[in-house]
Amino acid sequence: MSQAANTGIQERPAATASARPSSLSSRALPRWAPLAFAAVAIALGVGTGIAAGWQSRTQWGLVSALLFLVISYIATSVVENRRQAKDRLATSVVWVCFLLAVVPLASLLWTTVSHGAERLDGYFLTHSMAGVLGSEPTGGVYHALIGTLEQVGIATLISAPIGMLTAVYLVEYGKGALAKAVTFFVDVMTGIPSIVAGLFILSIMLMTKTQPSGLMGALALTILMIPVVVRSTEEMLKLVPNELREASLALGVPKWRTILKVVLPTAIGGITTGVMLAIARIAGETAPIMLLVFGSQLINANPFQGAQSSLPFYIWEQYKVGTDQSYDRAWAAALVLIAFVMILNLVARGIARWKAPKTGR
Amino acid sequence: MAKRIDVSGLSAYYGSHLAIEDISMTVEPRSVTAFIGPSGCGKSTFLRTLNRMHEVTPGGRVEGKVLLDDENLYGANVDPVTVRRTVGMVFQRPNPFPTMSIFDNVAAGLKLNGSYKKSQLPDIVEKSLRGANLWNEVKDRLNKPGSGLSGGQQQRLCIARAIAVEPDVLLMDEPCSALDPISTLAIEDLIGELKERFTIVIVTHNMQQAARVSDRTAFFNLAAVGKPGKLIEIDETERIFSNPSVQATEDYISGRFG
Repeated sequence: MSQAANTGIQERPAATASARPSSLSSRALPRWAPLAFAAVAIALGVGTGIAAGWQSRTQWGLVSALLFLVISYIATSVVENRRQAKDRLATSVVWVCFLLAVVPLASLLWTTVSHGAERLDGYFLTHSMAGVLGSEPTGGVYHALIGTLEQVGIATLISAPIGMLTAVYLVEYGKGALAKAVTFFVDVMTGIPSIVAGLFILSIMLMTKTQPSGLMGALALTILMIPVVVRSTEEMLKLVPNELREASLALGVPKWRTILKVVLPTAIGGITTGVMLAIARIAGETAPIMLLVFGSQLINANPFQGAQSSLPFYIWEQYKVGTDQSYDRAWAAALVLIAFVMILNLVARGIARWKAPKTGR
Repeated sequence: MAKRIDVSGLSAYYGSHLAIEDISMTVEPRSVTAFIGPSGCGKSTFLRTLNRMHEVTPGGRVEGKVLLDDENLYGANVDPVTVRRTVGMVFQRPNPFPTMSIFDNVAAGLKLNGSYKKSQLPDIVEKSLRGANLWNEVKDRLNKPGSGLSGGQQQRLCIARAIAVEPDVLLMDEPCSALDPISTLAIEDLIGELKERFTIVIVTHNMQQAARVSDRTAFFNLAAVGKPGKLIEIDETERIFSNPSVQATEDYISGRFG
């Protein structure tokens, strides 16, 4: 009864607020209407583009998107009513924004895969650039892959514990000036450009007369990674309901054990995802590697001594060589880097699903 | 096992806000004591001072004495962790640990404290689940997650978890307020059985429930919003519900309150 009355009030057109519609049903567009609007808008957009002689397909797409918004709003307000039209407009804006976000992403992925797949094979993954000239079609990414794995691995080993413990402090213990200061500096650190982190480590290297090595690059990556880990872990710990902490404390469990055995296991899925995203962020950093690891054509499996390479550095280096063969290598390395990050993400999702609180009966 | 609680001159604060003022009462062992009173009068706060959970809330502090068989819970060298092992608690909303199975939830108090022999666990879990009237419903799925149970079962799981560590006193903060009448009945029956072994204190908004399960009833009230809550009177449940000595109690019980 009250449900029907409510719907009636909402259904009432805003302009004629006093008149209540005699029936609860009203004229409605068919369910395929949005698709039809999209088809019409695209046809008009393409037509306009051809007629005006625009070269850029992006322009065609933007005009189509704009036309789609206008057409769906006008058609709905004529056939249905103003409220439905606004609703339709909001839905359409969401869809257009979604496409605007996805199209560049898909295009990037497609370009990388189509250019990179050519050179990506077992040989490419297992050979270095030792003695390979820029114009030769051989050579590979092995030394850079090893460099990336080691540098990112060391950076993760250092920053994941520090970041997670900082987040535990902020959420579970921190109060007062110290916690506020830590939060502030973590926020500031999130915005540090990678080259600044590189210069910071470089200044230490110059003062201590240390030679470039994978470890130095990893230290700079650590500076970039810690704030990301702190932020994501903090958010995940805040999501753990306070009732669980109280339940554990009321059983006579000390606070540190409560955190270790109840709070962290409950949040572990989200924390893992956060750490993986942080890894993905630093795996693509080039600037600190140029400054601190120096780059190399040779296989150097020791991250503590001597120059190394890394995937982003390798891409930049091959692009600079400027031959067709080196472009192919750069694309293939870019594909390797994307695959590396994607595999990490899949692993993180797997862990998150495996560790997530279970709800089944 | 079951211990007597003697509270004298107890006040609890949230920061500078005085939540309950100068409460003194005695809770008898092997009996059920019910706390009734309007919302915001400090029943739950008072209950939480009895196992030092009040100070877990940021800014929470307590003045006064709580004697558990002559030992002051707020004494200088008392570890709150030990207090909470002696005085267990069941909360308003069922809160099983979502990452643990039914078995692990019941064993949580022992496992997390690290003080247990692995061979004893199955016996303790079975005994606790039987004690909470849940054994027959879950014995075939002890390895399933605890959050898959119904609300009433989850609450009984939480009771099993609380009694598995063999406390002397069991505090219950509106344990049935989120449950349907049948689950409520199951828990009330359970309270009747548990009082043979434990001292039980229960906060409830349901006066019929207080009348059904408790031996003694305490009525709390507050003078006005923002004023601290106070204990108005505590007496045998029969007397409180038939012939209370304070007019305010009778007004509240008979619905003429306010």
